[in-house]
Amino acid sequence: MHRGEDRLIAGVCSGIAEALGVDPIIVRTAFIILTIAGGFGVPLYLVLWFLLREPDGTRGIHLDRVDVTRGDLQQLVAVCLLVAGTVLLLRSLGLWFSDALVWPITLAGLGVALLWSRTGDEERERLTRAANRLPGRRFEALPGGWQTTLRLALGAVLVLAGLGAFLAANDALNAARQVAIAVAVTVAGLALILSPWIRRMTTELAEERRERIRSEERSEMAAHLHDSVLQTLALIQRKSDQPRELVALARRQERELRAWLYGGPDRQSGTLANEIEAMAAEVEDVHGVEVDVVTVGDTAVTPAVNALVQATREAAVNAARHSGADAVSVYAEADGDRVTAFVRDRGHGFDPDHVPADRRGISSSIRDRMSRHGGHATITSSPTDGTEVMLELKHR
Amino acid sequence: MNDRSTRVFLVDDHSLFLSGVRAELDGVVDVAGTSTEVRDAIEAIRQTKPDVVLVDVHMPGGGGKAVIDAVLRTDPRVRFLALSVSDAAEDVIAVIRAGARGYVTKTIGATELADAIRRVHDGDAVFSPRLAGFVLDAFAGEPATVTAPQDPELDKLTAREADVLRLIARGYTYKEIARRLQISVKTVETHVSAVLRKLQLSTRHELTRWASDRGVV
Repeated sequence: MHRGEDRLIAGVCSGIAEALGVDPIIVRTAFIILTIAGGFGVPLYLVLWFLLREPDGTRGIHLDRVDVTRGDLQQLVAVCLLVAGTVLLLRSLGLWFSDALVWPITLAGLGVALLWSRTGDEERERLTRAANRLPGRRFEALPGGWQTTLRLALGAVLVLAGLGAFLAANDALNAARQVAIAVAVTVAGLALILSPWIRRMTTELAEERRERIRSEERSEMAAHLHDSVLQTLALIQRKSDQPRELVALARRQERELRAWLYGGPDRQSGTLANEIEAMAAEVEDVHGVEVDVVTVGDTAVTPAVNALVQATREAAVNAARHSGADAVSVYAEADGDRVTAFVRDRGHGFDPDHVPADRRGISSSIRDRMSRHGGHATITSSPTDGTEVMLELKHR
Repeated sequence: MNDRSTRVFLVDDHSLFLSGVRAELDGVVDVAGTSTEVRDAIEAIRQTKPDVVLVDVHMPGGGGKAVIDAVLRTDPRVRFLALSVSDAAEDVIAVIRAGARGYVTKTIGATELADAIRRVHDGDAVFSPRLAGFVLDAFAGEPATVTAPQDPELDKLTAREADVLRLIARGYTYKEIARRLQISVKTVETHVSAVLRKLQLSTRHELTRWASDRGVV
């Protein structure tokens, strides 16, 4: 006979049940009855715990063998029974302090345990998980407030009940009541006198803190605006005779400010969308042409994706330099393992088959680059609709 | 596109921008009034009953969304076109879900703006390339399973709608899209309006998250 695997405490009951060939619940019930009947079940359990070997042959009472990770209601009841049984046994043996001491201590102890328990967060997480299994809506996190309040209130009530029980049992309740009334009246009086002052103090503190945060934000913003916007405005005043450069300056400033104001930390560097945005910004700066970028989806930059970005850049530069249009649209989409990019202008177009030999850009920088990485480029151009370059790639 | 019969109301807290837009639109459409303030704008719109309201997204006192909410409650026939310098996804999605029929950025040219106003007046939707990109992004992938949509059709785009949106994102005008896909401009407008409806009614997780972040739902 050895200890069982299906254990609530040490596997004694399930071991016996296994040896007898009955359901563990029968043995457990027997032990509960023995425990309630004068606490006899407890020493029996402890002796058997000591005598029965573990399945692996070791022996002895090792608390670390108790499977505390179960943490369910059954185990809680089992442990409570063990404790209650021990208490009953001690009492019947005469080793008992007095009811006037034990019960108040028990109550107060429970209250303190509740007050000090740090399980609030874990409990919330567990409840959140349970709530998410419900159909309908998703909970990001349950509000922690009411559970914590309930726990604290229950703990406080238990501690107060413990103290009250102690006082009542020792006939000190009347005296305590007098003292309590005196203390309560004094505290109330003090609160009445001091509350306006305390309230003003707290509001002033909060106000001061808010003010400090605000002024820090303001100085950070002022520093940024000075470095960027004011400098650009100064430049614009000096270049008022060069409209194209003015537009470029304004665009660049707008882009920077936008990135500063709305740029979330969620955008990672080294992704397709980022590289395309950076490329467009650079082309805009160098060539003074508006480059509008729209990206859908995103992917990490592999050598092939990088080739596509470079080809997109070449197409955008060509559009900026040769098309005569003042705006270029760039669209990039990553969808699964397929990456496509379109560069479009409304310029005067060209005939892709009759490009002068000295303009190597299209064949080497766009077509060859794409085909080296298993992709391809399609160029459509007409004098009325302008030019569109489509770049397509399957990567990974 | 000249359409002096369209009555337009402008709401923007930047009076400089307001007068600029007014100067551009005067003579192209009938500017029924302007306002620089949310509460004042709601009153004035209820009184003047314009066809289209051009409304700034960011304003003190609740922004364009507050104007749209209040006016649509009493005058559901008024159409809104949102106008902003911000093109952050959540701003765009939030005003669209509040009931705006389109969204353009303030850098839009005068002709395009007049065209967008006419289109909104006709009951169609106006999508800028960037908005088209956001929509494609939001509707990419499988519909979210947690939200248990009441109408699964609202949770995905048809292939044709996606085609149209892609072309808008690539910088094509409606006319160019029609030619390219060999359909009529009216059909393009129908597709875009269908996408707008999905954008406003879908319970897709991405959309509801964007919207709930901004307190729209």
